[in-house]
Amino acid sequence: MNSFLNTARPPVFCPGCTHERITKSLDSALVSLGIPAEKTVIVTDIGCSGLFDTFFNVHALHGLHGRALTYASGLKLADPELNVIVTMGDGGLGIGGAHVLSSCRKNLDITLLVLNNFNFGMTGGQYSVTTPQDAVVGSEFLNQAEIPIDICEIAKSAGATWVSRCSGHDASLTEQICNAITHKGFALVETLGMCTGRYTKRNRLTPKAIDEMIENLPAEGGIVEKNQRPEYGEQYRKLAAEKTKFPEALKVEKNFDMENPQRQEIVILGSAGMRIVTAGDIVCHAGMAAGFNASMKNDYNITVLRGQSVSELILSPEKIGYAGLESPSIVLALSDEGVDRRKKMFAKLGPDTFLLKEKSVAIPETRASVFEVDFREMKIKKPDWALAALGVIASKNIGITLEMLTYALKAIFKPVVYESAMETIKKAIEI
Amino acid sequence: MALSFMEGNEAVARGAIKAGCTFFAGYPITPATTVFANMLKMLPPKGGICIQGEDEIASMGYCIGASMAGKKVLTATSGPGISLYSEQISFAVGSEIPMVIVDVQRLGPSTGSATRGADSDIQFLRWGNTGGVPVIVLAPRDVKDCYSLTVHAFNFAEKYRCPVFIASNKEIGMTKESIDLDLVELPDLVERKLFKSCGNKTSSSENPVTSSVNQDNEDKNNCANDKFIPFKAEPGGVPDFLPIGGKTLVRQTSSTHGPDGYITIDPDTIAAAQDRLRDKILNAEEDLTIYDEHEREDADTLVISYGVTSRAAEDACSMLEKKGKSVSTLSLQTLWPVPEKLIRTKAEKYSRIVVLEMNLGQYIDNIERILLDKKIQFYGQMNGVLITPGKIMEVIEDEKCTQYPCRNRGGN
Repeated sequence: MNSFLNTARPPVFCPGCTHERITKSLDSALVSLGIPAEKTVIVTDIGCSGLFDTFFNVHALHGLHGRALTYASGLKLADPELNVIVTMGDGGLGIGGAHVLSSCRKNLDITLLVLNNFNFGMTGGQYSVTTPQDAVVGSEFLNQAEIPIDICEIAKSAGATWVSRCSGHDASLTEQICNAITHKGFALVETLGMCTGRYTKRNRLTPKAIDEMIENLPAEGGIVEKNQRPEYGEQYRKLAAEKTKFPEALKVEKNFDMENPQRQEIVILGSAGMRIVTAGDIVCHAGMAAGFNASMKNDYNITVLRGQSVSELILSPEKIGYAGLESPSIVLALSDEGVDRRKKMFAKLGPDTFLLKEKSVAIPETRASVFEVDFREMKIKKPDWALAALGVIASKNIGITLEMLTYALKAIFKPVVYESAMETIKKAIEI
Repeated sequence: MALSFMEGNEAVARGAIKAGCTFFAGYPITPATTVFANMLKMLPPKGGICIQGEDEIASMGYCIGASMAGKKVLTATSGPGISLYSEQISFAVGSEIPMVIVDVQRLGPSTGSATRGADSDIQFLRWGNTGGVPVIVLAPRDVKDCYSLTVHAFNFAEKYRCPVFIASNKEIGMTKESIDLDLVELPDLVERKLFKSCGNKTSSSENPVTSSVNQDNEDKNNCANDKFIPFKAEPGGVPDFLPIGGKTLVRQTSSTHGPDGYITIDPDTIAAAQDRLRDKILNAEEDLTIYDEHEREDADTLVISYGVTSRAAEDACSMLEKKGKSVSTLSLQTLWPVPEKLIRTKAEKYSRIVVLEMNLGQYIDNIERILLDKKIQFYGQMNGVLITPGKIMEVIEDEKCTQYPCRNRGGN
């Protein structure tokens, strides 16, 4: 192919705009690499750099400001065979900074052409993250109060494996683009250019001045030795390929017949670290083994190692609707924090509610039938109190039976954990 | 019968896998994180891809890219994440990029409460795109719905080429329930309709989208004589798809475009595209309507609700039935487009409608405008906890509107 340029849609840049030269260089690079159009996509950002996709006969995706790299990454992950080229201006660098950093860190095989022309051309020449402090731009004095960034230095420190910089007027640009596309990994090419519509109207900037500017900036030579590592997609696929076992949902067959199955609403009031949620899982598992439907609603802090942990459980022979609990049939009060979280509930409980209370826990006044246990005296450690409490209610056939509990523990835990759980339960029921 | 025990978020993930989802990108946020965590366990063994974006905007961008490469994609977040998704949602809506977006809603506004439920985003999901283009929003009630509605959501996304939202809730997403997955009725899978040129069959047969046998047969009688035009469709229709990376070149753009995928300023072309985006969703109302009902004889009141609140509503009406009072329920699983015909038909024989929402009234306006001649009572609650069956009974029994106001003309 002689050219990938779309003759039906010729470039429309302002006269003298460096973007037009870059368009031609990109085309020459594609031609000299001989890559297939159907395996190439140009993803463009917003602004004048966002016009590029229309000029080429390759796949095209033009998206939102600063986000071009996100679409490019999705495309490359989904189709590793694609050559993905992104064009983005200095505006996109600012608004999409997080995506530039992430692309450098990830090292997906994507080529990013940064078309730096020192200002927002399309919206009136406002200052961008690369505008020099002494430039006269469309943002009054604002650029004088900030300093510009050097995207090449940022990219290198963020882990980019290939970084280069040149003038958009540089004869070697085509070669640089070729090398960047050929590089297996994330490659960033910063081009410096003139925005004749806005920037050069009030600032003296010529190809020669750009060359001088580049001489005064750190030299960028392509390959960044210290960052060399495998391409992200390859690395991802290698790691993912080791994950071969699909997590099928654990199934619980009905194993027990209960004579007169009754709906049970159970609340476990405890604290972080007391394995309240695990206890809830065990109860539900035990219930399901007896043919009950089960539901579990938990309440714990975002800081998972501190504060209350409350588990609300329903076992029901019928379909479960509302999953909150208004008047539980069983309450396990295992810590003050947990009790405090549901303190309004206690006044509503009647004598039909079985309330197990650890000796050290204070509870508000209640008409529930209170059964006190002293797990400390039994030398049961706090993290085992919830499990011990399950042992107690099971031994009394309240809500669940010992048979159901044992079955659930066996199904959920590994043999070693199961043995130690049974030890705890034995301690708890030898009252 | 074998039961499994899982939360709504896991059921969403299992539904997505069942629907053929092969790509997920997301960013951790309570209470949606476990959708991501589950997909990360489930996709790699299936050869799929699961990625953590550097932020929510990026996650949506990855999904857009992957969908344009032909993948079925899923993402999940909560209210604060939907805020960040918004610009990309507009892109996906306006440029007809299929995907499923799960919003495990939490109490808003803003950061709100990470671990408190509410149906906070019902209006936000509908109107969260620039341009106000109609969207599809499905609302699960429980774990079973999370599983089956996710499959429906993928089908709708593929069929209508648009993002489809699942408006879940912390109280469903993070509540575990027993479920027999094998007994859940699932729809047949629908695949994206690929462009096929009669002259050049290879154009779409070598792309990464797998098409079902049915579709292949159908497409033999359904090929186009002309070349691929990325957004060409009948009025109210859906354009055929080809992936970026296939043999035929594809153009995608977030800018206002004509059928050819190039920017346009021609008013007629723009108007035709806007009309089509609206009509393809609104005209499909019946196809998109999913609901459940419990009609009780002699009832003069119909309770309309959605999401987790429907469960308490059903409990309340069962309890009232035991007390000798007959009340019917209608639970909407499709919220947008508004199932107007369904609401009108189902409400016909009732003189009084009670609407319940786990927010301060984000959907009630739609019921009111459809049922102008009915007495409508409303109860909304936005305090981080579930509406109880007891509270709903109170509302239903307040027939004289002493405590819970009548909202509209019919109630006077």
